Amino acid sequence: MRKEGDLMAKSETPLLDELEKGPWPSFVADIKMAAKRKPTTMDLLRQLEMSYRDKVGHWKHGGIVGVRGYGSGVIGRYSDRPDLFPGVEHFHTMRVNMPTGWFYTTKALRTVCDIWDKYGSGMTNFHGSTGDIILLGTTTPNLQPCFDELSANGFDLGGSGSALRTPSACIGPGRCEWACYDTLDMINDITHTFQMELHRPMWPYKFKVKCGGCPNDCVASIARADFSIIGTWRDNIQINDDAVTKYAESGLDIAGEVVGMCPTRCMNYDEKTKKLKIDNGNCTRCMHCINVMHHALAPGKDRGATILIGGKAPILEGAMISWVIIPFIKLQSPYQEVKDLLAKLWDWWDENGKMRERIGELINRMGMRVFLKEMGLKPIPQMVRAPRSNPYYFWWPEEVPQRKEAK
Amino acid sequence: MGGKTDIGPPYFKNFMHPMMQKNYGNWKDHEILKPGVLMHIAENGDKLWSVRVGGARLVCTDRIREYCDIAEKYCEGYLRFTSRHNVEFLVFDEKNLNPLLDELKKRNYPVGGTGNSITSIVHTQGWVHCHTPATDASGPVKAVMDDLIEYFTEMKLPGKLRIALACCLNMCGAVHCSDIAILGIHRLPPLVDNEKLPKICEVPTTIASCPTHAIRPDTKTKGVQINNDRCMYCGNCYTMCPALPLADAEGDGISIWVGGKVSNARSGPAFSKLAIPFIPNTPPRWPETVKAVRNIVEKYAEGARKHERVGEWIERIGWERFFAVTGIEFTDKHIDDFRLAQTTFRSTAQFRF
Repeated sequence: MRKEGDLMAKSETPLLDELEKGPWPSFVADIKMAAKRKPTTMDLLRQLEMSYRDKVGHWKHGGIVGVRGYGSGVIGRYSDRPDLFPGVEHFHTMRVNMPTGWFYTTKALRTVCDIWDKYGSGMTNFHGSTGDIILLGTTTPNLQPCFDELSANGFDLGGSGSALRTPSACIGPGRCEWACYDTLDMINDITHTFQMELHRPMWPYKFKVKCGGCPNDCVASIARADFSIIGTWRDNIQINDDAVTKYAESGLDIAGEVVGMCPTRCMNYDEKTKKLKIDNGNCTRCMHCINVMHHALAPGKDRGATILIGGKAPILEGAMISWVIIPFIKLQSPYQEVKDLLAKLWDWWDENGKMRERIGELINRMGMRVFLKEMGLKPIPQMVRAPRSNPYYFWWPEEVPQRKEAK
Repeated sequence: MGGKTDIGPPYFKNFMHPMMQKNYGNWKDHEILKPGVLMHIAENGDKLWSVRVGGARLVCTDRIREYCDIAEKYCEGYLRFTSRHNVEFLVFDEKNLNPLLDELKKRNYPVGGTGNSITSIVHTQGWVHCHTPATDASGPVKAVMDDLIEYFTEMKLPGKLRIALACCLNMCGAVHCSDIAILGIHRLPPLVDNEKLPKICEVPTTIASCPTHAIRPDTKTKGVQINNDRCMYCGNCYTMCPALPLADAEGDGISIWVGGKVSNARSGPAFSKLAIPFIPNTPPRWPETVKAVRNIVEKYAEGARKHERVGEWIERIGWERFFAVTGIEFTDKHIDDFRLAQTTFRSTAQFRF
């Protein structure tokens, strides 16, 4: 863009301009595009250029800002150099709850864009890592009118702070043959049922719920949700023998690529008859064979989900991958059993959790046996990799005849 | 009067094409026709094509309107996004498929991210909008994807490869279970400002925020003292208390983690493990980080068996071989000293030389 000898065209953001080069879509190009219509948004790029020069961020801790009636959904953000970048003196984020599965009509998307152009910077994230539509950058006075207009057009805010965070689901029955339950309906239902918990932070810390439709877990629920719901089945993998034969004839190395990589070695392939047999009792439903041979194999028909708890990123006690608490549950609208369990574990967490303690950390501190007892869940081997190898276990007083009091 | 509260998100089925509503829950099979192009087949034989396009995540409303223009021309006004910031254009009439692909090409939109590829990088805000970052997010992501785009637009890897970036240990991008994770880290303890601290921070919550119990009350100032020897620079105290800043131009940078996954296919879900403890922040294009990521991708592509993810490849060849083939130096930083450290030590005489 810059022409040699053209002094007026000297760029204010020479470092960031380097990120307009290359084949991947450029966020710098997008900020510049927005700044053409919204001159204040150029201050976002100017401040970022300063960060690129001095290698530190220039945003202050968020203040408490929001919309009437809500404690979440808005993240306050202020520049630490409003003297240099007045356009981003206030630059608050609004989290807007996405439609489940991230489906849109262009009409709805254009409506969100029009509202955001009216009240905000014109910059967004499609989407944030939890799943919300992120509207990036507006001023305190614009928050309420922006929310009012979003609400009038059928959109609401998502979660933030010590609240239920915006639940999310994989595409599930919307487009996937492997969905073992209706992930989209369930997340939509849970989101609508728990609006109070989503919008009014009242817990020790955040709580995330994600629905993955099969063990491939395309929404990473096991890593990224405190409450992970992962589709599975408990009968036999469906086999289409003709399609198996076709795979064999097309050159797929079934013995090596499929049977040989089965984690429980529960499959058997006869090269001569081109027949695949599965010892379903020993299958742990990892999805590998189905992923590779999806024209021939499919999850069973008795479908439901596994429920796991505690997944989170490192802060504070270290990262956790969710732990099995219910190996199999049938999931049908209105999902009352799951909602009751959520209400119960939130109560327990609320009562016992320290400030900013996630439920997985609380379970770690208090002991899984305490959690299971409080939830009324029976301990079963599916919950552990292996039983303990140390002798330091507790007994409940009622399990052991107590000594008579000494006189 | 304020807007109506607690209406919740719009009902997703209202945003689904009638054909998708009709076949809801009745999908039978799918095919990846070519990188970025999926075809789903319903029980009744109906076909749906999805074209996956890499996005920047940080996009302006003009860009979204551009997506809308395209979707109105070829997709009857319907589109969706994926959990990894891709856009998916949904095609209901086969005759629209190639013209859509032509238009995307004309607009330089990368099509890919399906099957055994590297799809878009899940990432956080970085210097663009966060108050605790140790690096930028959008910048390193753009630089890494510019370099690795061939792995997005082609499906030439042994298995899926998922990259994620978080600009600090808070990990809004939850990178801890990624094949390759790029994580911003600090390396210097917080600077304690005990003049400001008692006025703007709660001392007990600040003390409780430290995972290694390095913070004590300071009776003289009613502020805190930090035992710098115990601080591992997580930044959690700064999240609780703005009077404890720890960002530093030379102290901050990037670490690289490998071998995590979330799917259950073959091996179970796994954490990413430390590969490279520190790479300096080198804006605007982070060449050292780009090179380090490419090196791991290439060594994996050469060494892994078909379907193996990065972590499964490393498990098979052993960590000692991973460090040898990648040429990455093994240091005392790689040896854990946090809560579960002893579970990572090798208690067997089995290893490779």
